[in-house]
Amino acid sequence: MSEGFAADLTRCVTAWCAGATGVARLARLSGGASQETWSFDILHPDGDIGAILRRAPPGYGAAPERAAGLDAEAALMRRAGAAGVPSPPVLHVLTATDGLGTGFIMGRVAGETIARKILRDDAFAAVRPKLARQAGAVLRGIHGLDAATLPALRRVTPAMEIAELARDYRGFDWPRPVFDLALRWLADNDPGPARHDTLVHGDFRNGNLIVGTEGIRAVLDWELAHVGDPMEDLGWICVNSWRFGAIDKPVGGFGAREEMFAGYEAAGGHVDVVRANYWEVMGTLRWGVMCCGMMQRFRTGPDHSMERAMIGRRASETEIDLLRLLAPRAGG
Amino acid sequence: MQDEPTPVELLNAVAEFLRNDIAPQISGAAAFKLRVATNAIDLVVRQLELSEPRAADELARLVKLTGESGTLPDLNRKLANAIAAGAIDLRTPGLADHLWQTTMDKLAVDQPNYASYRRELAGEKAST
Repeated sequence: MSEGFAADLTRCVTAWCAGATGVARLARLSGGASQETWSFDILHPDGDIGAILRRAPPGYGAAPERAAGLDAEAALMRRAGAAGVPSPPVLHVLTATDGLGTGFIMGRVAGETIARKILRDDAFAAVRPKLARQAGAVLRGIHGLDAATLPALRRVTPAMEIAELARDYRGFDWPRPVFDLALRWLADNDPGPARHDTLVHGDFRNGNLIVGTEGIRAVLDWELAHVGDPMEDLGWICVNSWRFGAIDKPVGGFGAREEMFAGYEAAGGHVDVVRANYWEVMGTLRWGVMCCGMMQRFRTGPDHSMERAMIGRRASETEIDLLRLLAPRAGG
Repeated sequence: MQDEPTPVELLNAVAEFLRNDIAPQISGAAAFKLRVATNAIDLVVRQLELSEPRAADELARLVKLTGESGTLPDLNRKLANAIAAGAIDLRTPGLADHLWQTTMDKLAVDQPNYASYRRELAGEKAST
C-alpha cells in the first residue's frame, strides 16, 4: 500500500501547502489497524516542515464508541491552541478528495513524550519540579474553553462511567473481586454530575504530553475528549500507572497533587479535592478495565500480539492500586 | 509422569538463549518485541513456580469467606457477586486480608517489580 499512500499524501500536501514540492522520510509511528500515526517531512524551498499525520484509513471511518473522532480532535486542538493551551498546529484536516481516509495533519513539535525519559533523563532534571504545577495550569486552560465553540461531544457523568465500566467488566466474564469492590465504592460515593460541565480532555497524562527542557510544549491524544466534570482530568493524571514508578509523586511522577491544584487555581480554576480523588479511583479502575479489554482483543482478534496479551497481565497492577486507595494497610 | 527437564528448566533455557544470543543481534522494534517475549516467558516461569501452593491458600480463604465449596473460578465468582450485591464488604472479617493476599500473589507473578507491590512487600516485611 505504501507507494499509493505516499503518492496520495504528496498530492494532498502539495494541494494545500503553498510552495511544497513533496514529502520525505515517511515513517509509521504507531497505531493499530483502525488508527495510524505517521511522521514525515514536507519538502519546501523555505525549509522542510516536520509533520505528523493521524488518520483512520479508508474503510475505518467509524470511531469507537468512546472516541470523539479525528475531525473533532482536530477541531479541539485548533480551539485549544487558539486559547493558549500548548498544542501542535493543525495544518490540514483530511477531506474526501484527499483519498487518505479521515484524520488530520499537524506540525511536528520537538520534545520528549516517553514518560520514563521525562522522569529520569538529566535533560529534564531542572524542569521536572515545575511540571505538576504546569499541568494544573494547562488543564485549567482546557477546562476554560468556551463550550459553545466546541464540536459536539458526548457528556459523561460518574453514574454513566460506572455503568460503562461495569458493563465492560461483566462482559469479560472473569471474576475480579477487587473490581467489584471498586465499582461498589464508586456507586456508594458517587458525587453526582458536576455543577458546571466543561470540556474534559479524557487522557491527559504523562505519556500524552510533549515536554521540552522548559516545560509542557504540547498536549496530544484528544481522542477521549468529552464534556463532564473537570476534576476527572485532575484525577486521571494521578492514576498510579501514569507515575511510571515514581509513586510518591502522584501527578504523573512529576510532583505533588497540591502543586497541580495550586497551578490550576492560580490560572483561575476551582479545585474540588474530593471529586479529584474520586476520579482517581475511577481512573484506576478504568485503566484496569482497558487492560482486560486489550487481553480480550488479543484473544478474539484482530490484534493477536504478545504486547496486547501481556497488557492483560497488567490489570492486576490496578487491583493493588485500588486496594491502596480503598483499603490501605499500615506500612504500605 | 513426564521426564526431566522440567517446564521451568526448559523455559529458562529458552529465555537465556533469547537474551544472550539473540538480543545482541537485533535492534529497534524487533528488540522491543524480544523483550516483551522474554518478559512473557519469565512470567510463565513465575506462575509455574508460585501458583500451586498459593492457589490452595486462596481456595481455603474463599471457602471460609463464602461458606461454600467449589473451584477457584466458582468461588471467585461467588465472592465477586456478593461484593457487588453489598452482602460482603470491607467490614466483613477476613475480606480485606483475603483481597490483599490474593492481589499480592497475582503481582508476584505478573509484575514483581511494580513499585506499589514492592512498597507493600517492604511494609509486610517491616511489620513481621
